[in-house]
Amino acid sequence: MAEYKEVYLTSDEIKTDDYLVNMGPQHPSTHGVLRLLVKLEGEKVLNVQPHIGYIHSGIEKMTESLTYIQIPHLTDRMDYLAAHMNNEAVSLCVEKALQVEVPERAKYIRTIFDELQRIASHQLWWCAFGMDMGALTTFFYGLRDREDILDIFEETCGARLTLNYSIPGGVMFDIHPNFQRDVKAFIKKFRAKLPEYERLLTGNVIFRERTKGVGILSKEEAIAYGVTGPSGRASGFSCDIRKKQPYSAYPYVKFNEIMGTDGDTFTRYHLRILEMFESMDIIEQLIDNIPEGDYAVKMKGVTKLPEGEYYQRVETGRGEFGVYVISDGKKNPYRMKFRSPGFSNLFAINNIAKGWKIADLVAIMGTFDLVIPDIDR
Amino acid sequence: MKSIIKYFGEIIGGFITLLTGMKVTARYFFTPWNNVTQQYPENRATLKIAERFRGEVIMPHNENNEHRCTACGLCELACPNGSIEIISKSVFNEEGKKKRAIDKHIYHLGMCTFCNLCIRACPTTAIVMGQNFEHTVWDRSELTKVLNKPGSQLMEGVKE
Repeated sequence: MAEYKEVYLTSDEIKTDDYLVNMGPQHPSTHGVLRLLVKLEGEKVLNVQPHIGYIHSGIEKMTESLTYIQIPHLTDRMDYLAAHMNNEAVSLCVEKALQVEVPERAKYIRTIFDELQRIASHQLWWCAFGMDMGALTTFFYGLRDREDILDIFEETCGARLTLNYSIPGGVMFDIHPNFQRDVKAFIKKFRAKLPEYERLLTGNVIFRERTKGVGILSKEEAIAYGVTGPSGRASGFSCDIRKKQPYSAYPYVKFNEIMGTDGDTFTRYHLRILEMFESMDIIEQLIDNIPEGDYAVKMKGVTKLPEGEYYQRVETGRGEFGVYVISDGKKNPYRMKFRSPGFSNLFAINNIAKGWKIADLVAIMGTFDLVIPDIDR
Repeated sequence: MKSIIKYFGEIIGGFITLLTGMKVTARYFFTPWNNVTQQYPENRATLKIAERFRGEVIMPHNENNEHRCTACGLCELACPNGSIEIISKSVFNEEGKKKRAIDKHIYHLGMCTFCNLCIRACPTTAIVMGQNFEHTVWDRSELTKVLNKPGSQLMEGVKE
């Protein structure tokens, strides 16, 4: 009979494996089918590895079999919260290649739609972000105010989410006769509602404790990872395309590029709230001055781009969106590449979230405003 | 002593911020006329849909069962995802000339992305966007529609 012997192990001798947790693809706080492979030590995050491709739909490949007039409607489905900006990017790129001058009226309408879309995008982000942090009320308030913008969209272009309003050569319809009145009424209403957002969430002590100083992204890192949009500007990286390469009617308006310095979760949050105020200022400058005239130039049914490579970038609600077209002179593009802001922003998460708790990871991910079809395309 | 005052000050300050948020929600709780909820299936009769709303592609017919479609096939070409199929037939007019006419204008609602490109392409405004948005059906085959009504004819005066 073997002799019973007690064994004591010191902590140095115990070997443990990494504790890996799959966050997603069905996790509600990843806002879509994103999988984060999180390496944990207790509640502490050691490493975050994003796995993407669950909603890959091959839009870049599909564009190769479509004409340039048909392509914008597919870009609606990428970043569905910035559908009009995506349409506009493709339209501007095609117009640049054909050297078509768009009527002034179309430029003004496009810019107003851009800013309305940006407000709508930030509203939805705000309400979803509040929900990530455990505040359900924000979700209802954000959607309530977003509804007004969607009604304006519906009235003018017939769709609420997938607009397909900006087409090469201008916009698809003229604005509705009630458009200016409705936009003014919305701005008046929303100027009163936006401080409510601040009282409800920004000032809240629990919210501040959870976001201030959490998940700091330095300016160097932001530039290295190509983090653009409000997330990049919160770190002090001046990257607003509306200022750097003004397109449409942005050269005619005065506005500030809102910058942060801290680069933490709270700065990224608050910068978007301030951006909504700024967007309303831009709309107010334009809404009364829409020039008379045509809303689109007549384009041929089948548009052929001259041989060459063309690039156009615009500022969406999430950052810099780029369209790169290689044309071989046919009616379809030879290759079309989209530079989506979400893709670059997502991969900065690993550096930021290291060392923070898993609940902070949700907050950090929320402030990057990820739209998964935009990442996967 | 200072640290104690700071400690309690932070607690009281925190409570004030929480109450500020509560005040916002309480205001809406006691003023229900500010709410915007719509009771959808019940308010169908009064529901207002924008006139430009892109619900589905329809082909309007007049009282004599006539439409404006000349079977030119431009909508089929403009459609990015093959939702429209044009099946044409040959008819002889009173002078004995052979002419193309629409036999079936097949519209696959299940494939449609409501991009409005077919309506832009149509030279005779034969098809327009309808406001109906309730597309639920029991079987998938019901989503394939024939837009021209049986026995319908081309309206007089419509030229290609």
